[in-house]
Amino acid sequence: METTPSGPAAATPLLQVQGVTLAFGGVKALTGVGFDVQPGSITAVIGPNGAGKTSLFNTISGFYRPSQGSIRFQGQDITRVPAPQRAKLGLGRSFQNIALFRGMTVLDNIKLGRHAHLKTNVLDALLYFGRARREEAELRRDIEERIIDFLEIDHIRHAPVSALPYGLQKRVEMARALAMQPQILMLDEPVAGMNREETEDMARFILDVREEWGVTVLMVEHDMGMVMDLSDHVVVLNFGQVIAQGTPAAVQANPEVIRAYLGAGDVGDLRAKLQGVSTA
Amino acid sequence: MRIGTLKETYIADAALFDSRTQKVWLAVGAALLVLFPFMASDYWLYLACLVSINVASATGLNILTGYTGLVSLGQAAFMGLGAYTVAVLETKVGTPFVLNLLAGGFVAMLGGIVVGIPSLRVKGLYLAIATIAASFIAHFIFANWKFTGGTGGLSVPPAKLFGMALDTSFRLYWLIVPVTLLMLLGAANLFRTRVGRAFIAIRDRDISAEVLGIPLLRYKLLSFGLSSFYAGVAGGLWAYFFRVVTPESFPLLMSIFFLAAIIVGGMGSILGGILGAVFMTMVPELLKLVVDLMPGGSELTVFLSPVRTVIFGLLIIGFLVFEPHGLAEVWRRVRRFFHLWPFRN
Amino acid sequence: MTGNFDWAYLFEISLTGIAGGGLYALAALAFVMVYKATRVVNIAIGELLMVGAYLFFTFASMFALPLWLAIPAAVLGTGLLGAVIERTMIRPLLGEPPISVFMVTVGLASVLVGLVEMIWTADQRRLPDFMPTQPIMVGDAFLAPKVFWGAVIAVVFIAAVLVVFRFWRGGVALRATASDQAAAYSVGINVPRVFSLAWVASAMLAAISGIIVGSIGGISSSMGVFGLSVLVVVIVGGLDSVLGALVGGILIGLIEALAGAYLGGEYKLLATFIVLVAVLLVRPYGLFGTHEIERL
Repeated sequence: METTPSGPAAATPLLQVQGVTLAFGGVKALTGVGFDVQPGSITAVIGPNGAGKTSLFNTISGFYRPSQGSIRFQGQDITRVPAPQRAKLGLGRSFQNIALFRGMTVLDNIKLGRHAHLKTNVLDALLYFGRARREEAELRRDIEERIIDFLEIDHIRHAPVSALPYGLQKRVEMARALAMQPQILMLDEPVAGMNREETEDMARFILDVREEWGVTVLMVEHDMGMVMDLSDHVVVLNFGQVIAQGTPAAVQANPEVIRAYLGAGDVGDLRAKLQGVSTA
Repeated sequence: MRIGTLKETYIADAALFDSRTQKVWLAVGAALLVLFPFMASDYWLYLACLVSINVASATGLNILTGYTGLVSLGQAAFMGLGAYTVAVLETKVGTPFVLNLLAGGFVAMLGGIVVGIPSLRVKGLYLAIATIAASFIAHFIFANWKFTGGTGGLSVPPAKLFGMALDTSFRLYWLIVPVTLLMLLGAANLFRTRVGRAFIAIRDRDISAEVLGIPLLRYKLLSFGLSSFYAGVAGGLWAYFFRVVTPESFPLLMSIFFLAAIIVGGMGSILGGILGAVFMTMVPELLKLVVDLMPGGSELTVFLSPVRTVIFGLLIIGFLVFEPHGLAEVWRRVRRFFHLWPFRN
Repeated sequence: MTGNFDWAYLFEISLTGIAGGGLYALAALAFVMVYKATRVVNIAIGELLMVGAYLFFTFASMFALPLWLAIPAAVLGTGLLGAVIERTMIRPLLGEPPISVFMVTVGLASVLVGLVEMIWTADQRRLPDFMPTQPIMVGDAFLAPKVFWGAVIAVVFIAAVLVVFRFWRGGVALRATASDQAAAYSVGINVPRVFSLAWVASAMLAAISGIIVGSIGGISSSMGVFGLSVLVVVIVGGLDSVLGALVGGILIGLIEALAGAYLGGEYKLLATFIVLVAVLLVRPYGLFGTHEIERL
């Protein structure tokens, strides 16, 4: 595994994935995966289809339990921590195939993101007047001022999510992930299926999220333009293993990576071809 | 979209009844509810009480099945738990009815939580069938335990309010209807908060819900517990109303009745629970009326029971095929029409 | 334990239980057929059974048709009902959540029970005998002839269905349609026709079960309760497993017979349901069912 350093040694990484192996029966989805995510960075996980990127995300989220290895968040070992608690600790997440709740409006979907941080219990809820109402009003104000404004979705806040076009649904997914008050925002293919304009909007949002909110971003992405322009650090997966990581430029030039994406062939020729294209 | 509904605070936007017309209708409705018992005959009072009990129980089932997506055919069994608790407490201990009703709710709630425990591993229709099993086991216990009076059941003395026995439909109306209204209000409130949202999330996509911070088992058990608490209280009211509780009082067919009620009314909507329970309770009565009015109707009364069964089944099938969102959706369409009138679309 | 344990009695009861289990297996097969093809849990399977029995009663007793006419007529009639049901109330709900279709079958059960009561009244009736009446003896154990012959007929039909499933193109088509309708369409399988076929076949198998069950215990409008035991059988065996239907059928038949004999008649259904709960807790998808993997 080739590693190219991407800068001076940083303080404690926000997220540390170490030697994670995930197996389903005999099939190994991930083998010995390890990388760090520095606070305030934008890290991209790339790789061909089936490389294990979403499985990696699901393991970090807590949906899968790795058979080996550990995951540390803010220095704390969370490998055994159940998924709902990880959300409370600050792992925000969006999903590859939009996972919005179709029976709710946009606003309710976003409010749901805050669930782990709210305090209303069932008795408060039945009564409503008092604690629940105050918490709901506060939540609404916070979401309106910080998220809905920020993502420019005020015109659809009461719309049922099933009625929205794909691009807006993806934006609502992002909004919900932001409502989770994340320390780290895990975006699984945030611009999949988007056109040029929508992709640029989303890229802008991601950069703004980092600037204004101080949120660290970890994303799975196929759009190489996005990856190269936005990321500080890139991790390349293939067949469940990390085959390279480093700065975008270093990764792009890495022969292993090229081979993984483009298949075997004369690497020198391919590299020349790629560099010819990118400097054109 | 409704015109003229500008809200100036977030709290106002979240209110249950947010327009002046709605508030006026609400006042009218309240007035009608208060005047009704003074104007109605015994028969209609009886029906009103029965409808109210069914609305309470259907709302409970709606929380579990309509909003949380956990199909249950055990609602009648939980009502039975509540009814028997009330019966036992009244006959053997003599505690005041408020305590008995709450106790009935709690016993049913415990039953609901026990039945809900496997709900993480056992999903969808498997869970529905497990609830059928639970119903049978409950029925078996009721019928074979001396404490619950065996197959003969228990007779229930009337609830007493400051020494006055609540033994007529008129008197019971003032107990049953306000309790039902409180339960309805509670349910409506629930879905304005994170608890209700969590339930809906579990229904729509439970695995994603977990990753977003909702502990699945805890909330599924909460849903089971809450809905069976509602069933238990409804069952307790049932016991005070019918004054006798036997193992045959809460058959599987009744659970099917409640499931049908929320389907017909509209799952996942408080109004749906109300409309469905009213509709399903009134249909057999309407049928009886029609048969009585028809010439030669007396010979047809022997057909009343099977015809009722057929119509019951046809209602379920009909609504599912033609109007899957139930009467609540029909109501919404009518409302939309009047909101937009005189604009056609 | 004082005295000798009555092994002979145990053997006799077990025999009856296994034979009865064969009947459960046949009805469970009818259920599995529909589930395999259309992913529908048909809770009205017991009521379809009942319709088959009542049609046979009508043709054989009321119209006094000879057996070789009455039985096929009843079976085909029920098959036709199956086709009608599929077309009018199952197909329109394609794509709806499974609970909707499940509830449609609940409604269907209600409609069928009501219709039977309206046409034939709720009284219990006897079906004309058509099976040999000589008692069957296995060593010293007595087996009621109807139960034995019923089980034999059931086994014959089960074997026939298994062969057809395995070797006939239609069987493969059935399984293909069950796992992915769109893919099945794209390889040229006539999906609606497969659906209809599955329901027709299922209804016919149910009718055969119904005729046998009715011959043993008489027919009544509450015969459908047999369906609850069948439901337990398929859950224990696995909703989409033919092998599960067989093994489950025999297992439940055995358990019911033992519970009935040693604990009392009212414990039969209780024992069955306790087994159901136990299996659901240990193996939620049944002994042989396919585990549905959920993806995030």
